[in-house]
Amino acid sequence: MSASDHDHDHDPAHGDHGHAPPGHAPHGHTHDAAPTAIEARVKSIEALLVAKGYVDPAALDVFIDTYEHRVGPQNGARVVARAWTDPAFLERLRLDASKAIAELGYEGRQGEHMVAVENTAAVHNLVVCTLCSCYPWPLLGLPPVWYKSPPYRSRAVIEPRAVLREFGVHLDDTVEIRVWDSTAEIRYLVIPRRPSGTEDLTEEALAALVTRDSMIGAGLARDPAAASA
Amino acid sequence: MNGAQDLGGMMGFGPVVVDPSHPEPETPVFHSEWERRVFALTLAMSPVGRWNIDQSRFARESLPPARYLASSYYEIWLAGLERLMHERDLLTLEDLDRGAPAAPASAHPGRVAPADIAAVLRRGGPTARTPAQAPAPAPAYAIGQRVIARVMNPRGHTRLPRYVRGRAGVVIAQHGFHVFPDANAAGNGEAPQPLYTVRFAARDLWGADADPNSSVTVDAWESYLEPAP
Repeated sequence: MSASDHDHDHDPAHGDHGHAPPGHAPHGHTHDAAPTAIEARVKSIEALLVAKGYVDPAALDVFIDTYEHRVGPQNGARVVARAWTDPAFLERLRLDASKAIAELGYEGRQGEHMVAVENTAAVHNLVVCTLCSCYPWPLLGLPPVWYKSPPYRSRAVIEPRAVLREFGVHLDDTVEIRVWDSTAEIRYLVIPRRPSGTEDLTEEALAALVTRDSMIGAGLARDPAAASA
Repeated sequence: MNGAQDLGGMMGFGPVVVDPSHPEPETPVFHSEWERRVFALTLAMSPVGRWNIDQSRFARESLPPARYLASSYYEIWLAGLERLMHERDLLTLEDLDRGAPAAPASAHPGRVAPADIAAVLRRGGPTARTPAQAPAPAPAYAIGQRVIARVMNPRGHTRLPRYVRGRAGVVIAQHGFHVFPDANAAGNGEAPQPLYTVRFAARDLWGADADPNSSVTVDAWESYLEPAP
């Protein structure tokens, strides 16, 4: 197999295919058959890079474990819960989000330059990266398939209200929508509105209401009554 | 370049949420083992190949448009990684034909050690530069100033999406000096420039039929902008 005739005979329903045809799930399932062409290709490339002394396979496992198990939306949820409960923190977040977020220990790759945008009764914020898949890794982990997909990247900027309706977010036309296209290294975190009836909840309980999608702006924080059901 | 990555405003990709009764869960992050390996190989190889983030983005978006749009996310990552390695003779066609050598080479000086990964990720790759590092004049545009995104069609990498070119917006934030991707991707150094957030009314981007109560912001380097008349 040469590098120039990269195979194309994969099943589009498999793998992280953000624009699978209707009726196909955008994510695949575990293979139990012979390796596909791309599986074989990745295996042979990894073996070559290891043999050439470029890559330590144990390092690959650490990268994967970090973003599969250690870093994820639970981090961003803690920032949101802190912003909801600590007005001084919220003020610091508004002044210098990267610095305020680092107080909670979240910093580094793909979150070097953070800006927090707050949803209110009058304004709803939605984050996209039309050019690739820029996303605040230290706070949210790696982006979901839909965030990286052509449908979202093409439509979020031209018809955000319709995209939000697909996510079940029905905003009144009087609510202003601000879409943030992440075209530089600034990374945006949406601070969703704090649900009503949560005055007595602890910061930890509040964090449990904060979903990944709500911190992109594609969802709302969970209603506590529904969340405990 | 005017490649397939520049998706903002395109139509016909279908719904973002294919099945609203089954939204994409927050886990799993990866949907097959080869995706894990491609992700990790990409992170592990950048200090070996010494390419920067703008060069990696350019490698991905240089895929012919038909192939870009027919590829899944991690297929695009793999194609970009292969291109970067081929350009630097880190992985050749002969390598792929021959397979891994029997005698492994010694570790490359750029090889990432598992124990160093946490620190590497925590350090990240900040792109902000001090004015002293940026032999450019002070920022030309003030917050609140009306600007126009330049009409430009560079053959190399750029982060100015097509859908804002020629449109008028308002500067809403200044971010100091940041590495300029167009220069950095071409290997012409960091050439830092002032970076702004510019807000465009949806109707100024998409016409009279657009949502009257929404806007899109992009982060734009100074040379992407000119003063509005």
